[in-house]
Amino acid sequence: MAEPLLALAGVHTHIGQYHILQGVDFAVPRGELTMLLGRNGAGKTTALRTILGLWRASAGSIRLDGAEIANEDTPTIAGRSVAYVPESMGIFAGLTVRENLVLAARAGPPAAERLETIFRFFPPMKKFWDLAAGNLSGGQKQMLSISRAIVEPRKLILIDEPTKGLAPAIIQNLIEAFAELKRTDTTILMVEQNFHAARSLGDSVAVMDAGRIVHAGRMAELAADDALQTKLLGLSLEAHQ
Amino acid sequence: MIGALLSGDLPRSRLLSALLLAVLAGLALAPFVFPGTKPLDVAAKACVFVLLVASYDLLLGYTGIVSFAHTMFFGIGGYGVAIALSRMETGWSAVALGAAAAVALSLTLSFVIGLFSLRVKAIFFAMITLAVASFFAILASQLSGFTGGEDGITFKVPELLRTRLVAYYLVFGTSLVLFLVLLRVVNSPFGRVLLAVRENEFRAEALGYRTVIYRTLANCFGAAVATIAGVLYALWLRYTGPNTTLDFGIMIDILLMVVIGGMGTMYGAVIGATIFVVAQNYLQEAMKAFSESMKGVPLLPDLFHPDRWLLWLGVLFVLSVYYYPHGIVGQLRAGKKA
Amino acid sequence: MKRADWIPVGLTAAIAIAALAFMGNPSTWLTLSIAGLAMGLLIFLMASGLTLVFGLMDVMNFAHGVFIAVGAYVGASVMKYLAAPAAADSLLENLGALLCAALAAALAAALLGWFFERVIIRPVYGQHLKQILITTGGLIVAEQLIVVLWGPDLVPMQRPTTLRGAFLVGDMAIEKFRLVAVAVGLVVFVAMMLLLNRTKIGLLIRAGVENKEMVEAMGYRIRRLFVAVFVAGSALAGLGGALWGLYQESLTVHIGAQMMVLIFIVIIIGGLGSVGGCFVGALLVGLVTNYVGYLAPKVALGTNILLMVLILLWRPQGLYPVSKS
Repeated sequence: MAEPLLALAGVHTHIGQYHILQGVDFAVPRGELTMLLGRNGAGKTTALRTILGLWRASAGSIRLDGAEIANEDTPTIAGRSVAYVPESMGIFAGLTVRENLVLAARAGPPAAERLETIFRFFPPMKKFWDLAAGNLSGGQKQMLSISRAIVEPRKLILIDEPTKGLAPAIIQNLIEAFAELKRTDTTILMVEQNFHAARSLGDSVAVMDAGRIVHAGRMAELAADDALQTKLLGLSLEAHQ
Repeated sequence: MIGALLSGDLPRSRLLSALLLAVLAGLALAPFVFPGTKPLDVAAKACVFVLLVASYDLLLGYTGIVSFAHTMFFGIGGYGVAIALSRMETGWSAVALGAAAAVALSLTLSFVIGLFSLRVKAIFFAMITLAVASFFAILASQLSGFTGGEDGITFKVPELLRTRLVAYYLVFGTSLVLFLVLLRVVNSPFGRVLLAVRENEFRAEALGYRTVIYRTLANCFGAAVATIAGVLYALWLRYTGPNTTLDFGIMIDILLMVVIGGMGTMYGAVIGATIFVVAQNYLQEAMKAFSESMKGVPLLPDLFHPDRWLLWLGVLFVLSVYYYPHGIVGQLRAGKKA
Repeated sequence: MKRADWIPVGLTAAIAIAALAFMGNPSTWLTLSIAGLAMGLLIFLMASGLTLVFGLMDVMNFAHGVFIAVGAYVGASVMKYLAAPAAADSLLENLGALLCAALAAALAAALLGWFFERVIIRPVYGQHLKQILITTGGLIVAEQLIVVLWGPDLVPMQRPTTLRGAFLVGDMAIEKFRLVAVAVGLVVFVAMMLLLNRTKIGLLIRAGVENKEMVEAMGYRIRRLFVAVFVAGSALAGLGGALWGLYQESLTVHIGAQMMVLIFIVIIIGGLGSVGGCFVGALLVGLVTNYVGYLAPKVALGTNILLMVLILLWRPQGLYPVSKS
């Protein structure tokens, strides 16, 4: 089996006096979409932020493509071709859609085919190209945030609850976009609470609880095992469509 | 008994206790130990500034607020009593009325400033207090009919205060009493909440304390005490003017005293203010001597010119903020355990 | 920011027009308006760096006035050194001397700014209380050092020969130096706007003011940009200081501290972090100071504070608030 792209071993994170991550061990396989599931407060967002260096891990190792990144600063880690779509979307409200994308394209102006792909997934991006991003609706902002992550090819994309608070039609749109994204080389680590999205997109899955990984494996197996779902997540993946 | 008097806030260091006792004795016995007009003047100024700086420590050291408006309240006290005594019959009722009006004005102003600005970031608050204090200083120099303008107001004090000795002990006594009151306040449950708010506002709010209320109360109380310090100073000088009370330089001096003395200790105000006032009056002569002996050497005479003593104090201040945030008192306490 | 918000600009124009109505005399009005614009633009020069630094780095440098003062004093010294070309009756030589003085002022302030950022401010990032204290302390020390180097007395600053006096148009006197100030101020403003809106660096600055963390998560080392912005802001303050000294025709060591209150008012009115807001705010303050100074001199100095209070009651975050994440 190929080396995982991202491997966490014994990662602890303290925020102030709170011990959030209490020894996280898991691996993100190359080229797949890994779902990170768990109850609220389990530490999923903290895990993503720690990987990106926004929180400094107090102990443990984080290896990205063979390199140890646990002590690197955020711009360095991002420079290793890692993109981040935060829960709060992090779009720059005063900048236009175009400017947001130009900023995200580190290597140079966005390539034409990439923009075509983005416009295909998310038509509002083309429509509101010169509009200040603060004027976009919630769903459109999410589209912009994801567009920024894919405006250039990336090795790893970290996505935090992309479907949160969005209308079902938009969620469907996002799921289709992610499905197509999966056909590229990109590795994706996604935190999700929407189990329908999780089940349809995830190749592998890791479940967190109280700062630790309590289950890791293939999504297909978890989806088929109702009893395990209930035990880990408190309810069935089926029930949340 | 001493513990009760000091509200349980003991000096906690032999050297500090010794220093504090020395200052107390010096100030209490000043008229007898240091005869002459100037030493008594210095002593009175020390008493007033100990009180003024202690009231500022309540804001800065205990509540974590930086305000540049403290001299405004100091000035309000001075002007209140000056205007009352120059317009009304010279007597204690004028003093009382002037002081009461001044405290009322200060409480109102500090309350309004507090509510308006304490909801915003510390930096915003500092800038707003700077603007308000400047406005007030301008007002004081413009409304010359009322305030005597740039020249200030000279006035007569009640009979009893015309004896320097009596006046001095009024200043000393009031300062001492109010200082002990401040000690009580910061060691009370109210004071503990202030410290909690300063450490972690978010947490304090989560624990159910309406931090805006606490900070506004601290702001108001500090302002009121500063006002009384202003009243005392005016009564001593028999004069109030923009340069004795409202000058931005005085605000800077207060900052220096509280940081060098030690923020959040109250005793820091005693040490800081005493050292400052004494140095301001006597150190400059030493500097002058040194500067003159260095004539011919480039730069040195200018660096040690007596007017440049603020330079060295400024350097000390910057070093204190970086390395010794608890100032002299903190250093003494860390070094020796009583 | 939806469509460009022209209300504050309209407000400025309205005030100017109202002043004309009050005054009745167009030539007085024109003189005062130009004075107001000149003053406003010089304040903009001095304030723009401070507001951007605050917006981007969350640092409030209470010692900003020092850059103004150092710029003014260095400018004065250079002008004295170049007294010959400055006194010559040639516009070219005069402008040359002025340019040298201005560049020297900006450079000196930039170096001081770099020193400040490294030594004084960097250790206290994120700690607002300490920042206020340390920068105030820095202000005290720096002001004293200026006195050590240049002496405590008033330093007169002579305008170059061809820039003295005024153009007489009909019965209106338009001071020549004021026009220079307006020209420089406008050039700087336009250059800043172009930089902020048309370049990638400008993009980074605007994005960084909103959300530093996200910019870093996109791979940019925004820390390096901080220093550059801080130094640039200091340089502009120095330039403003030198020109202000020439505008006032004299300098004291307190020039920096004196401007600080006005600068704080301007950046609060404009909205912390907004260069456009700073521009409009500065023009408002410049115009109001000059109009009220003529119409009701006693109230003049306090009017700006009243203006600030009124604007805050209307828009509590300033004229053009920056959306912060």
